[in-house]
Amino acid sequence: MKAAFEVNGESVEVDVEPRLSLADCLRDVLGLTGTHLGCEHGVCGACTVIVDGQAVRSCLTLAVQADGERITTVEGLSPEAGLSPLQAAFRKHHALQCGFCTPGMVTTAHALLSEEPDADADRVREVLSGNICRCTGYVPIVEAVLEARAAYRKMEGES
Amino acid sequence: MKFPAFDYAAPDSLDEAVALLAAHGEDAMVLAGGQSLMPILAFRMAAPSLLVDLKKVPALDRIDIGAEGVTLGARSRWCDIERHAGLAAAHPLLAEATRHIAHYQIRNRGTVGGSLALADPAAELPGVAVACDALLTLAGPGGERHVAAAEFFLGPMTTAIAPDEILTAVHFPAWPENRRWAFQEFARRKGDFALAGVALHYDLDAQGRARDMRIGVIGASDRPHRLHAAEATMNGSAVDAATIAAAAAAASTEVSPMEDHHAPADYRRALVATLVERALQEAAS
Ligand SMILES: Cc1cc2nc3c(=O)[nH]c(=O)nc-3n(C[C@H](O)[C@H](O)[C@H](O)COP(=O)(O)OP(=O)(O)OC[C@H]3O[C@@H](n4cnc5c(N)ncnc54)[C@H](O)[C@@H]3O)c2cc1C
Ligand code: FES
Ligand code: FES
Repeated sequence: MKAAFEVNGESVEVDVEPRLSLADCLRDVLGLTGTHLGCEHGVCGACTVIVDGQAVRSCLTLAVQADGERITTVEGLSPEAGLSPLQAAFRKHHALQCGFCTPGMVTTAHALLSEEPDADADRVREVLSGNICRCTGYVPIVEAVLEARAAYRKMEGES
Repeated sequence: MKFPAFDYAAPDSLDEAVALLAAHGEDAMVLAGGQSLMPILAFRMAAPSLLVDLKKVPALDRIDIGAEGVTLGARSRWCDIERHAGLAAAHPLLAEATRHIAHYQIRNRGTVGGSLALADPAAELPGVAVACDALLTLAGPGGERHVAAAEFFLGPMTTAIAPDEILTAVHFPAWPENRRWAFQEFARRKGDFALAGVALHYDLDAQGRARDMRIGVIGASDRPHRLHAAEATMNGSAVDAATIAAAAAAASTEVSPMEDHHAPADYRRALVATLVERALQEAAS
């Protein structure tokens, strides 16, 4: 079955089995292995991608459902050179150790801060409650997201 | 695990969607947000030959607020309800209860219709539907029919929906001014399914006594249901420490909690009493 969508600004067309998840399509068909799969049933958040501005679990979405949508993966959040302010904040606060959960944390935080650049610590914690991290204990991740708010406020002010 | 093989259709109209279900019988399943169905398929607890995606069916995502109450289209999502400007004023209990449902990414996809059709005994919306006498609209090959929430939930993951029917909307009767209400649940982590929860509302008569007490409970039996004995202890009485204690005691006798790895049955029974107590205190304050 055919599906046409945009990934990180590029138009793609895939011909896949209806049962293929968007996560597997991104990783195995399109070679975008930044999106991680932890549980494959919606509880860990590692597979989070942004579909039309909203963070969703790509393991619970079918590739064929993405037809006509605009998708951003963690690859699409990385500048050509250097680090984005969100990535820089993750690095500064040691918000990753093994890095397995990081793509889902970054996509989730990006979707949140793009919509709510003033999110307070409670809101950040609530939103990240859908993402499991086995290494950091979450505190550095929350700190990184809170620090990155300034850059998103600035971007909002400029746009 | 990977999903079992199935075909996929995204019909443009409700009639087409119903016709697909009628043609495939029990082999077809409706796909709304997929936030429960996809995990079910990943665990291979179902193996439909066809998924009928409602995403293109028009008007299913409507949220209507009027003098008769609030109507939610089956495909309205938790995030749509959260962002709706008028809903919290039109139905505060509904707005508050849905804040407890699932995590950020799941709320961007999960729908009202999916939650009602799934009928998880611990889900919030079915409990509110039962407490508020909500009316559900089902569309099938023979046309539309309406089912009261009290008759809709038949058991765990079991409802009155026939295999060739689609839930299109749920209607909550108008919310009178000055109505007292509260929603209380206990979950181990924000966004997780509750171990138990209570949705209640009542009105006050001229003497300040409770009337039309409605207490819905979730996570404490095989389906959401009202706590009739607890309601009866409150109706016609002032809501004070003595009546609240009596209602809480009654509540724990009229639930039949399941025993699972999250909590023993006795724990859930005690939890229901505590939640009824907290909810009545909150509503009265
Ligand atoms: C990690 C996690 C945590 C969650 N926590 C909660 C929670 O705390 N509280 C809670 O209530 N839910 C919770 N959920 C479930 C979530 O809210 C689901 O989105 C919801 O229960 C089902 O909605 P859906 O739109 O995703 O339905 P789907 O998954 O698409 O469908 C669910 C079932 O309903 C049927 N169906 C769907 N729509 C219709 C329709 N219109 N007519 C007929 N049948 C239909 C499908 O065939 C399927 O059997 C959680 C889910 C996850 C993955
Ligand atoms: S892999 Fe999607 S939520 Fe875990
Ligand atoms: S950094 Fe290892 S799981 Fe989060």
